[in-house]
Amino acid sequence: MNPDLTSILGNFYVLTLIKLALVAFVLLTALAYLQWIERKVIAHIQLRVGPTRVGPHGLLQPLADTIKLLTKEDLVPAHVNKFFYVLAPMMAVFFALSAIAVIPFGPKINIFGIETYMQLSDLNIGLLYLLALSGMGVYGIALAGWSSNNKYSLIGGLRSSAQMISYELPLALAIASPLLLAGSLSLREIAESQAGFMLGFIPRWSIFQMPAPQILAFVLFMIAGFAETNRVPFDLPEAENELVAGFHTEYSSMKFASFFMAEYANMVTLCSVATLLFLGGWYPLVPAPVDGFIPPLLLWAGGAMLIFHGLQPARKWDKYTMPAFGAVFLLAGFAFLIPFLQPVLVPLFWFVSKVGILLFLFIWVRATLPRFRYDQLMRFAWAFMFPVSVVHLFATALLVALLK
Amino acid sequence: MDAILFFLFAAIAVVSAINVVVQRHPISSALSLVGVMGSLAVLYLLLGAEFIAAAQMIVYAGAIMVLFVFVIMLLNTGAEQSSRKGKVLTIVAMPLLVIFLGVVSYIIQRGFPDSPLVKFGEFTGGGPKDVGMALFTRYLLPFEVTSVLILIAIIGAVVLARKEME
Repeated sequence: MNPDLTSILGNFYVLTLIKLALVAFVLLTALAYLQWIERKVIAHIQLRVGPTRVGPHGLLQPLADTIKLLTKEDLVPAHVNKFFYVLAPMMAVFFALSAIAVIPFGPKINIFGIETYMQLSDLNIGLLYLLALSGMGVYGIALAGWSSNNKYSLIGGLRSSAQMISYELPLALAIASPLLLAGSLSLREIAESQAGFMLGFIPRWSIFQMPAPQILAFVLFMIAGFAETNRVPFDLPEAENELVAGFHTEYSSMKFASFFMAEYANMVTLCSVATLLFLGGWYPLVPAPVDGFIPPLLLWAGGAMLIFHGLQPARKWDKYTMPAFGAVFLLAGFAFLIPFLQPVLVPLFWFVSKVGILLFLFIWVRATLPRFRYDQLMRFAWAFMFPVSVVHLFATALLVALLK
Repeated sequence: MDAILFFLFAAIAVVSAINVVVQRHPISSALSLVGVMGSLAVLYLLLGAEFIAAAQMIVYAGAIMVLFVFVIMLLNTGAEQSSRKGKVLTIVAMPLLVIFLGVVSYIIQRGFPDSPLVKFGEFTGGGPKDVGMALFTRYLLPFEVTSVLILIAIIGAVVLARKEME
């Protein structure tokens, strides 16, 4: 490549801007499609088909939804406190999206001679930054509920702030124990501390790592995470059969969409943090020579299955759409074999697939579990989660101090 | 760049602090206070104290102020009416404030007459590791005493808040 261009692209600001644009684009698209995936998965669990009308298999549904939400009338009810009513969705979405800045997606890579990390910025307080953002995120929801000047919204906002404060404690305590193994607050260093294998085949992820496997902390973190993101079974703030739609009852158009975007962005952040803290970030499940072959094999298997379904079409358009998607899968599989792309794609594949599995868990739980009652929710946080996470933290500290 | 950011966030901090007093509605005041804390956190960051900045956001802005806002929302207090009786206070307050600021700056100037100006980026010992080492080695006793003090305050709050047993 032209050396002038390399030096321009290697410039810190230019490089950061490029990465920023890339990450923002991918994240926003992923958020829109997460909605589609959620609707599809829940539909299939409940024996429905989900969106099918817009595009093949409803794949253009997110686009249609976005256009619909953008062009809808932005209604501001007469009785609201205007300033805070407008501020609240902005705060929610701002704090939710800023979290992606410290999340590493992969190791150091080298493209055209430019060395860079697959991360926007590595803070040595990365994890604390995320905790601060999640603490600030409460304001968006609480203010939305209060400024709407509507008793259902107010109750939704109150529930949400009480719930998020309560579950922040077990969340922070569950985070603290893998930190004892990693010995750093920078998300990149935490992930790097989990590289390698024990006995040659057990990955040194925090949930397996000796001397103190963090499986319990992982479970506690995920439960508290469900509550932090206001998802089922902890979606009391927007319980539709009691509170209409909770804190966002009075919102319409893009303001309504921003709350949705914030919720999905929080989910993605939470799953990424769980992956980085407990599941070894971008490090593979299997040792070195095999890890690069798993992604293409999986993609080829998926592609072959799609083409097979296309040969026996169940619906009218399946014989065109299924083989087309299958071909995309096959090509994507071949991309993993190009040596030049391999160091970028393979870690990214492992990271994205772990995050994807956790996101699927969120959706699965939403389709399966009923909602908690409010007093049960609070008792669960203070009488079960909190003591268990404290004891777990002490046990981890003891094991690390004695055996490491 | 550092200087620009410093003046920007210092200005935001001062304006928000004035706003806390000026606003009539308790929610507006509370959120202005959050603004003060947020901009102070940025100032800490500029001075190289990352850990303090993060702790400021998590503890003050993220937990304590959320509880403030929660209680204000729960009580659903409306905007305060200004009591028209404080004319004398308004007249006396300004000169008193000026005198107070003068005295404070005089004391600071006398107390530290030739301390050098702060340079951005000079101090690097503000990471979590440095703070932890300082807290648990050199300042262990004050740290433990403070935590016992906080524990006493918590127990006191619980005792005061709980209803009398019959």
